[in-house]
Amino acid sequence: MIYDVIIIGGGVTGCSIARTLSKYNLNICLLEKEAEIAVGTTKANSGVIHAGYASPRDYVKRHLCIGGNKMYTQAAEELNFPFNRIGSFVVALEDNQIKQLEEERKKGTEDGVPGLEVILDKKKIKQMEPNLTDEVVGVLHAPSAGLASPYELTFALAENAVMNGAKFFRNHEVVKIKHQDYVFTVRTFAGEFQGRNLINASGLYAARISRMLGLDYFSIMPRKGEYILFDRNAIQLNKILFPIPTKVSKGILVCPTLHGNTFIGPNAQNITDRENISTTTAGLKEILEGGMKLVPNIPARSSIRNFAGLRAVPDTYDFIIDNTDVYGFINVAGILSPGLTATFAIAEKVVEFLELLGVELKVKEDYNPIRPKPERFKDFTKEELDIKIKEDPAWGRIICRCETIPEKEIINAIHAPVGANTVDGVKFRCRPGMGRCQGGFCRPRVIEILSRELNKKYEEITKMGEDTNILMGKTKDFLLKSERGGARK
Amino acid sequence: MKKYEVDVAVIGGGSAGIAAAIVVKKAELDVLILERDKEIGGITLQCIHNGFGLHEFEEELTGPEYVQRFINQAKDLNIPYKLDTMVIEFTPDKTIYAVNNKEGLIEIKAKAIILAMGCREKTRGAINIPGFRPAGILTAGQAQRFVNIEGYLPGRTYVILGSGDIGMIMARRLTWEGCQVKAVVEIQPYVSGLIRNEVQCLEDYGIPLITSYTVTKIHGKERVQGVTISKVDRNFDRVIGSDKFIECDTLLLSVGLIPENELTREAGAKISQMGGPIIDNDLETSIEGVFACGNVLQVHDLVDLVTAEAKRAGLNAIEYVKERYNKKIEKKDQIKCTTGENVSYIKPDLINRTDLSKDIIFTFRVKRPDRRLLIQFKDDKNRIIYKKKRRYVIPSEMLEIKLNLNEFNIDSNINSIEIEVIPRPEVLIEKD
Amino acid sequence: MSESEIPEGSKDIRCIVCPTGCLVHVEKISGELVFEGHSCKRGVEYAREEFISPRRILTTTMRVENGFLPLIPVRSDKPIPKDRLEETLKLIAKAQTTAPIKMGDTLLENVFGLDINIIASRDLIEM
Repeated sequence: MIYDVIIIGGGVTGCSIARTLSKYNLNICLLEKEAEIAVGTTKANSGVIHAGYASPRDYVKRHLCIGGNKMYTQAAEELNFPFNRIGSFVVALEDNQIKQLEEERKKGTEDGVPGLEVILDKKKIKQMEPNLTDEVVGVLHAPSAGLASPYELTFALAENAVMNGAKFFRNHEVVKIKHQDYVFTVRTFAGEFQGRNLINASGLYAARISRMLGLDYFSIMPRKGEYILFDRNAIQLNKILFPIPTKVSKGILVCPTLHGNTFIGPNAQNITDRENISTTTAGLKEILEGGMKLVPNIPARSSIRNFAGLRAVPDTYDFIIDNTDVYGFINVAGILSPGLTATFAIAEKVVEFLELLGVELKVKEDYNPIRPKPERFKDFTKEELDIKIKEDPAWGRIICRCETIPEKEIINAIHAPVGANTVDGVKFRCRPGMGRCQGGFCRPRVIEILSRELNKKYEEITKMGEDTNILMGKTKDFLLKSERGGARK
Repeated sequence: MKKYEVDVAVIGGGSAGIAAAIVVKKAELDVLILERDKEIGGITLQCIHNGFGLHEFEEELTGPEYVQRFINQAKDLNIPYKLDTMVIEFTPDKTIYAVNNKEGLIEIKAKAIILAMGCREKTRGAINIPGFRPAGILTAGQAQRFVNIEGYLPGRTYVILGSGDIGMIMARRLTWEGCQVKAVVEIQPYVSGLIRNEVQCLEDYGIPLITSYTVTKIHGKERVQGVTISKVDRNFDRVIGSDKFIECDTLLLSVGLIPENELTREAGAKISQMGGPIIDNDLETSIEGVFACGNVLQVHDLVDLVTAEAKRAGLNAIEYVKERYNKKIEKKDQIKCTTGENVSYIKPDLINRTDLSKDIIFTFRVKRPDRRLLIQFKDDKNRIIYKKKRRYVIPSEMLEIKLNLNEFNIDSNINSIEIEVIPRPEVLIEKD
Repeated sequence: MSESEIPEGSKDIRCIVCPTGCLVHVEKISGELVFEGHSCKRGVEYAREEFISPRRILTTTMRVENGFLPLIPVRSDKPIPKDRLEETLKLIAKAQTTAPIKMGDTLLENVFGLDINIIASRDLIEM
């Protein structure tokens, strides 16, 4: 079949476009190179929904951010992903920084950022955020800033898109694209797809995909940001805390998560390897020092985990959203911060471009924007749980002790549209492995459930796709093999 | 919702929980064990090596043999237990909520609770090793579970970080399953576990023990391909230029254990700095009628001492149910136990002043290994109450001293006792 | 023990009897064993055994066909000569047993004719 639209890239950008387009009478498919969606930049970023005052005024990203921020309220209601407008502070530690805060407030308010205010009353500031350093002299308070879980949002977008007819293909890395007679033929490692319009939302590889069509007008530099995550019992914040920004980045935040934990990060380091998501000793030290400037009692000993994400930074430092010279090919590249905040606005922009390309956009009669909230053990009352377990015993077998996740949530995560098929996939969809013990108790059980539900052997279950098998063999396998003369020392 | 009422509820059916429950059942009280796994026995079931039982039975048994004896006793006494049952909460009035897939949500009202939930392992994130996050990184306990219980091998070639007993035992275990262990890397300048394990698990197999080193980087994007280890100085800072690469497909972390007290914390009990609940000499937590024993209270090295502690907890729970339950007898006047020189923690945290005439069991660990020492108990006026010589101490060996403080002419008006471990005076003189 | 049964040569043996961990140098000199570096009698005894005939208790697992668990922990009921450990492990790897099993049951008898049995370390019920 020839799709109306093919989207390359299953991060938040691609999935957001897929969901918005699934509203219309179009045949859509999305191609993702990894075993799961939301595995690239989407998975490892701050999850901050920015108010929008921070980007320079003449940049596309500023306006898409301010517009996109407003769209989150309705989107969260429709898609039922975790979202909370807790507000943010930009923290001035020196008097001469107050002027900068005032300027940001003025320009932001003019451009439509709601509720911005500069607060100089130290007592009030400390009341709003007790963990903030005593060195604070003033803050820029942005009540419209918030937190969203970027991967839970992405799963919600993908599920809603599939509910409305879009098709998702994972483990399909694009290797070649041909354009002939107004049809794109996209070849992947695992198949071939044809479509009339092609949207490049492939994140770190966007320039590579663009070049496949002879369009070489931008480059993407991977920029690594490292994070450290702290146990929710050790510290709890009320506000997202930013330092005074530098030219290069928004700086090292100290930020609560939607699950009650706290993280610090990211730093910013340009690198060349697009797959280098390793954390570094120097990087982690840098973040810790940066974080302590804002929150002096960061509980370094209670760190649960560290991780790194790669931003896809375009050489223009602004979003590259273009109806390109190749008719039907739209680049949606260089979606760096505030890309998550802008996501719904970016999707609408793509709709505008498709209209310009003459694509007929007729809203489906049976379009359903609601993606039901996933059922979670923690959300039920004791009485409700009792009933639920009697209806389906899988609700009563707790697999993840740290986060209290029952077997049923894992089964649901596996069988959802674009559902989890790896251990990390399960982790990101319903959290086993994200708690204190980092999978110590639940991993064998998660593997057991994946094996059973997907009808695969234990040894075939992977952490995150190809070559990341967790187990290498059955106990006794190596002894028996060496018996048969296969020398392995 | 199914509701139960018992005299004593035991949370955790491992070595501690079973031993405590046996004591309670023998006193003919109603007891119920709540266990989250599919059988009782706890972590000892996966410790298939020997070395257990030297104190309790004066025999050398494997872990499963040790705990099987208690499981048999429990079954002979018809002690009720629930499996695949996860306690999700308990409240200060000793109501427990638990979940299993047969009964749904269960409410258990208990007169006393014995906490025996054990401990969990420290993870990579807790020690911040930079690098990729490929497949092939596990804790030693996870690997032990896969190899001994589930029946799978996580890898072929290993580097083990941490020379505690679990790490060394796994080095031998994996070798005995046909894997290759390239090295055991230890950040301290000395082996962390028993010398017996160093000899029988590492030296016997030519596995190098590399001390004063740690893993500073993990290589491999999808699967571990190797680790970089680096020397550390006395401040545990990396020594530049000391990096070595070791090729391997699996990294095992044996970097410490933490008592598992999330439930205890959420119930509002006071938790001490090393992660276990604050207790008095009766093993009673800050919540009346809630007792703690085993690894959930303090990480033990010998299961024999877990058993002894659990029996005490059982007896104290019985006494509580019979003498103090619902009688509003508060324990008010308590003496604090504090840590002195070279002591990293001391249990109990508090002593009831009225118990000064009883035998009190003190358990503690040192911060640094040392030889030719004096263990001293001092009061808050620096008077020495008790002292005892000791030839050597190491952090990995928990120390136990049983004392009746009244026998040492303790001033019953003091407010605190400090325990310290110091070099003997004659040693200091020698050093001069 | 006759002179010819005592192995030739010398060896440095770390004593594991107490945490002091003395390094004991054992050498066959003029047909007899000479010990150096120990600080107690138990150390001499241990080093003698280790030098002449080092043995270890073997603890491993054996596959179970129809058990509640796929493996049962097993042990040798007596220490096995160190140089026979590897073959014994392979023998156990090739073997298989069936549930129900009681702790102490002999699962492999008289391995290599050494009067050593491999016994179960726990009970195991059927699946």
